[in-house]
Amino acid sequence: MTSRLQTTLLGSAFALALGLTGPAGAEELRIGFIAPVTGLYAQIGKDMVDGFQMYLAEHGNKLGGMDVKFIVEDDQGKPDTGVTKAKKLVLQDKVHMFIGGLLASTGYALAPVSTSEKTLYISSVSSADDLTQRQLSKYPYFVRTSWTSSLPHHALGQWACDQGYKKAVVIAADYAFGYETVGGFQKAFEDCGGKVIQKIWPPLGTKDFGPYIPTIKADADMIFSTMVGPMALQFPKQLRSAGIKKPIVASGVSYDEFVLPFMGDEVIGDVSALHYSAAIDTPENQAFVKAYRAKYGKMPGYYSENNYSTAMWLDEAIKQAGGKYPGPEAFIKIMQSIKLKAPRGPVELDDMRNPVENVYIKKVEKKKMSGYDKDELWNTVIKTYPRVSQFWTYGKDKFMAQPVYDRDFPACKFCE
Amino acid sequence: MVSQQVKILIVVASLALLAYIVPHSGSFVVLLATRTMAFAILAMSVDILLGFTGLSSMGQAAYFGVGAYLTAVLATKFHFGMGWDFWLVVVLGMLLGAALAALFGLFAIRAGGVYFLMITLALGQCVWGLAYRWNSLTGGDNGINLSGRPNFGLDLGNDVTFFYLVLAFFAASMLTMYVLVRSPFGRSLAGIRERELRMQILGYNTWLHKYLAFIIAGGFGGLAGVLWAHTNGHVSPETVVLTTSVDSLLMVVLGGAGTLVGATIGTAIVFGLREYLSTLVPWWQYALGGVYVLTILYLPMGLMGVPRRIRQWLGSHGGKEGSKKLATKPS
Repeated sequence: MTSRLQTTLLGSAFALALGLTGPAGAEELRIGFIAPVTGLYAQIGKDMVDGFQMYLAEHGNKLGGMDVKFIVEDDQGKPDTGVTKAKKLVLQDKVHMFIGGLLASTGYALAPVSTSEKTLYISSVSSADDLTQRQLSKYPYFVRTSWTSSLPHHALGQWACDQGYKKAVVIAADYAFGYETVGGFQKAFEDCGGKVIQKIWPPLGTKDFGPYIPTIKADADMIFSTMVGPMALQFPKQLRSAGIKKPIVASGVSYDEFVLPFMGDEVIGDVSALHYSAAIDTPENQAFVKAYRAKYGKMPGYYSENNYSTAMWLDEAIKQAGGKYPGPEAFIKIMQSIKLKAPRGPVELDDMRNPVENVYIKKVEKKKMSGYDKDELWNTVIKTYPRVSQFWTYGKDKFMAQPVYDRDFPACKFCE
Repeated sequence: MVSQQVKILIVVASLALLAYIVPHSGSFVVLLATRTMAFAILAMSVDILLGFTGLSSMGQAAYFGVGAYLTAVLATKFHFGMGWDFWLVVVLGMLLGAALAALFGLFAIRAGGVYFLMITLALGQCVWGLAYRWNSLTGGDNGINLSGRPNFGLDLGNDVTFFYLVLAFFAASMLTMYVLVRSPFGRSLAGIRERELRMQILGYNTWLHKYLAFIIAGGFGGLAGVLWAHTNGHVSPETVVLTTSVDSLLMVVLGGAGTLVGATIGTAIVFGLREYLSTLVPWWQYALGGVYVLTILYLPMGLMGVPRRIRQWLGSHGGKEGSKKLATKPS
């Protein structure tokens, strides 16, 4: 008896010393949010948190009538730290769900935690294709509210082909996300009759494209690029100053609102595709952009929008569940039944728990928009592919039968 | 002056206390303690090189990485190592770590000082490059997920059980390394650290001594990697990245090189700040930076030098007892 008491005392003394707190009272929705708020991706991490918190602030810190306890944890851009933090959120804070994760690798690392801890994980940015494709069956408590890397690029491949482009050179960051964006573009482009004649893979974080630009084949009539972060700023600048005038038809991340304000006039006219643009001309988006700019003093990108609309999704789902959290299985069912009108457009989940959403083909333009009085660079929408699925037009079964897009898949049939 | 027996007693008592307290203090603390101890094995292996042999290796993550990737690849591709064969994986992990160190050592041991540092850094980056680019084996940037922990009658899926296992490995590693550095072999390593030329003149094959120390450190690095793979069930190039090597080196310096215990304390402090304090406050990085700066400025012998600093400060004559050797003595 005494030893039992001692044990408890010791344990609780230790717990107190470490500042542990137990779960709080009922009727409170506890949400863990994992983002890289320090380290290399700190700014993106902050944008993610801002997007979600903006929705909470607009709605009196309530989702579907429940008070929200919103706990942000820093994964420092490292997948295994993300896992530690996710476990902390589940085990210590007893969260109902955890949301977030920026990098594809973080998404892959966090999904198993949802399975082992039987807790809902919502991937609100991370876009690794296979999580909602061939690997989904392993993760019954996983939902994605953002996109798959290849989703917008299937549409872009089709669009480029429709414009009459015949031969494309692709240049993309050398990692899984780059492979998946290229895979989507190449598949749709070649199925329509185009040819990818060269693939160039500069390492992630490349700032000097000097060794790569001169190798771009002269007979190509367009360039597809996937550039991330600082790469996005450098590539168009160096390409144009090298005198190459070929049109760029790029992944949306090469020109998203995260990098666009820092770009020079050389990017005007470049085309890219994504499931969001700050220039979407709908009342929902205009209101979102205005409120976001007023609050944070910058243009919202998809990192913020995707998290804002995730909060919106949760709001609706909790409302439909009658103002309480019904457990992961039931909650996922409710989420799948919702047709959301988000700033990015209409969104709903497919049966593989990935969004079906609009893809916007966008052209960089310098203009005044949305009542702002300065000339700014905007991703003007020039074509909308409505309700695009992660399987594009191939159908789920046919698409899932092929391997996940990789450095060598689809093979470069037309490369010399 | 505290005698060696008392020091050993303190270490044993702290480990026993840890084994008693941690399981009663919240599942997150259990997880953190497990991670800390798995990583501390790596830090101690760095200490063998830095503290006892005088070689500052910047590529220790390589052995850690091969151990972790071996575990993950065997488990996911061959369903090997999820039952009793976990013990086989432990042995294989150590052997692979040691074998890789034996290979890298051929290049690295020829050099000393900053050149040794640069060569180990470059070799470590080679392993990182492989992990990052060999997509078919390592999953590239996405890494590999393990599906659960081994279960051989003893279910390691239980965090507390796994904690005890890692604690046991940690204690065994510490004991082995302690015996090693106190052996004649360990003494000659210390001799090489102090003055290599003199050891050569005395007839010691210093290259071989350093080479063996390098291989042993690699073996322990591999062991740490195997355990690390199971702590979070995820292995990615982040496991092998340069900062992992740098971290392990900093932890040793922070705690006090040449003490083994110091490496562990350093690991505990860094993990405590980085993974625990970061859940409480946003300015944890300043705390971590501050600790590093203050240690370098005021405690050149790391935190293990604190008792001596206190004795000096109190005006007692630490010098009598061989002040320079004190901090570098294994405790």
